[in-house]
Amino acid sequence: MKSLAELQALRDSMKGKIGVRDDAEGNTRVVIGMATCGIAAGARPVLAAFTEEVSKRNLQNVTIAQTGCIGICQYEPVVEVFEPGKEKVTYVKMTPEMAVKVVNEHLVNGNIVTEYTIGAKTK
Amino acid sequence: MEELSLNILDIAQNSVRAGAGRVDISVTERPADDRLIITIADDGCGMTPEQVAHVEDPFYTTRTTRKVGLGVPFFKMAALMTGGDFSICSQVGKGTEVKAVFGLTHIDRMPLGNMADTMCILMGCNEQINFSFTYQVGEEIFSVSTAQLQEILDGVPLNSPQVMEFIREYIKENMDLLSGGAS
Repeated sequence: MKSLAELQALRDSMKGKIGVRDDAEGNTRVVIGMATCGIAAGARPVLAAFTEEVSKRNLQNVTIAQTGCIGICQYEPVVEVFEPGKEKVTYVKMTPEMAVKVVNEHLVNGNIVTEYTIGAKTK
Repeated sequence: MEELSLNILDIAQNSVRAGAGRVDISVTERPADDRLIITIADDGCGMTPEQVAHVEDPFYTTRTTRKVGLGVPFFKMAALMTGGDFSICSQVGKGTEVKAVFGLTHIDRMPLGNMADTMCILMGCNEQINFSFTYQVGEEIFSVSTAQLQEILDGVPLNSPQVMEFIREYIKENMDLLSGGAS
């Protein structure tokens, strides 16, 4: 059973390594569309899969965020990855399984999963 | 949408966009009179009476990225088809309260679903907003709030994936305790 005492312990373990700030430079931002269109298309489990996988791999300097509708509802769930100094990558029609792959290949290994990107899906 | 918790996530996004500083979400199961009551109340910018009148219309939206706004109509339909009730009270500058009443055991009532995921996303991704969540089954109550978590976290961001995972598990386990795992 999770208790708030466990949250205290988690806080103490994280305080040592705080480059974990939301706005820290060098953070990679993963942004998921969470408007009606995104939610209905399955954005919530996609976001959950990102937090779960990033947490499981204990990746630092990754921030997960939500945004509203960006106007391409037919491609939801849409996930945008912003890496400092790089061009934004837009993944479309995401699933939790695809999210796990994006964490492992893109965020960990630095290889964009080209077949999931909007460029590949609109060809 | 197949879960009421998805509707709640969606409706709460309106509070986020309304610039709310506080959003109170409650889910109350009342087996005694067979009711499930969901409220989402915020202190955001509120709506004019004209906007309130329009907001249940699917072809009304304030956004510019698309022409339809289905969030409120979906939620209202989900409530009404269980013999329930739906209302929105709003005042400009004061805030908005959305209330949906469902027939708890009505055959058409969607399951509450994964409320832990919904709260984990709302709290983790909107650190500037104080969310509170209250889940009540009969006389038993579980509640949690952003302020309460932030006090413990002492500056560690709520949106750290590790913290979000904690929030999700914490809410899930406590809700399961109340509902016997059957939400």
